[in-house]
Amino acid sequence: MNMLNSTIQKETREVSVSKLTELERRFLNAYQHEFPMSPTPYADIADELGMTEANVLEMLDSLSRRNILSRIGPVFTPNRAGCSTLVAMAVPAEQLEAVATLVNSYDEVNHNYERLNDFNLWFVLTASDHERIETIVSELRNKTGFQLLNLPLEQAYHIDLGFPLWC
Amino acid sequence: MVLTEIDHKLITAIQDGLPLTPRPYAKIAEQLLLSEQAVIERIKQLRTNNVIKRFGAVVRHHELGYTANAMVVWDIPDDQADAAGKKLGEFDCVTLCYRRPRQLPLWPYNLFTMIHGKSHDSVIDALEKIAVETGLAAFSKEVLFSGRRFRQRGAHYGRS
Repeated sequence: MNMLNSTIQKETREVSVSKLTELERRFLNAYQHEFPMSPTPYADIADELGMTEANVLEMLDSLSRRNILSRIGPVFTPNRAGCSTLVAMAVPAEQLEAVATLVNSYDEVNHNYERLNDFNLWFVLTASDHERIETIVSELRNKTGFQLLNLPLEQAYHIDLGFPLWC
Repeated sequence: MVLTEIDHKLITAIQDGLPLTPRPYAKIAEQLLLSEQAVIERIKQLRTNNVIKRFGAVVRHHELGYTANAMVVWDIPDDQADAAGKKLGEFDCVTLCYRRPRQLPLWPYNLFTMIHGKSHDSVIDALEKIAVETGLAAFSKEVLFSGRRFRQRGAHYGRS
């Protein structure tokens, strides 16, 4: 399954907005912010878009398999349901992959990206409490010895509210 | 809002997304030994109380062709940071704008914005326009384009 997924991921890496069907585009423009809270949300969407429920489920499955749709679900306000922080590490290029794997061994890591900077590994840690975050940060400091920035959120001015497809 | 044990369980159950079945809330309700209506009501409540910022389709920008993703960091004087943060957050192509503590001498930047675009150049163009329109062009900033994505998914709040 994983191998299949990564093959699909490779083949579809260059999907662009123009590759979306008209219905997919309408769906993504309409349902990033709000989602029907009725017992049958996919049937509601089907009515709205003039499709059948089965077709909506097929479309969402296809968007997921093409890796365009991450999920239908919540985006949490930072530091309300738990604690989070942004961490940056300065890692020698030849060790980056191994350190990224070590970082990913923690389930508390959600986003983990290489960035082109002296601080070249950036990841978000989210946990139910502050102590757990501190434990992970000091474990990573001690295990690797690389320079590390712990950058907790102080103030959010704008949170990802969905992405307009016309940007 | 103080979250109950059930809220935490519900958050764990929905954080990776709703199942793609005709009655997705009922399926979650089954796992949690709750009624379908209770699941729906609690999600609505988390939304109303702003624990959930939005609920819906979460897309991967990269797979939509927005392959250039830059974290732009700014060094803005403390007394101007709030005003600057609000202005930066108003641009369509800025998906996030947060203030974080400086870590001197290693890291002088306190405002973090995420800008997505279809190419390196389009992000740089957008950034220049944003810097001029917000009046922040004179402050020092850095652009950190993304390279490999080692993990990309929603937050996990599960209690270990």
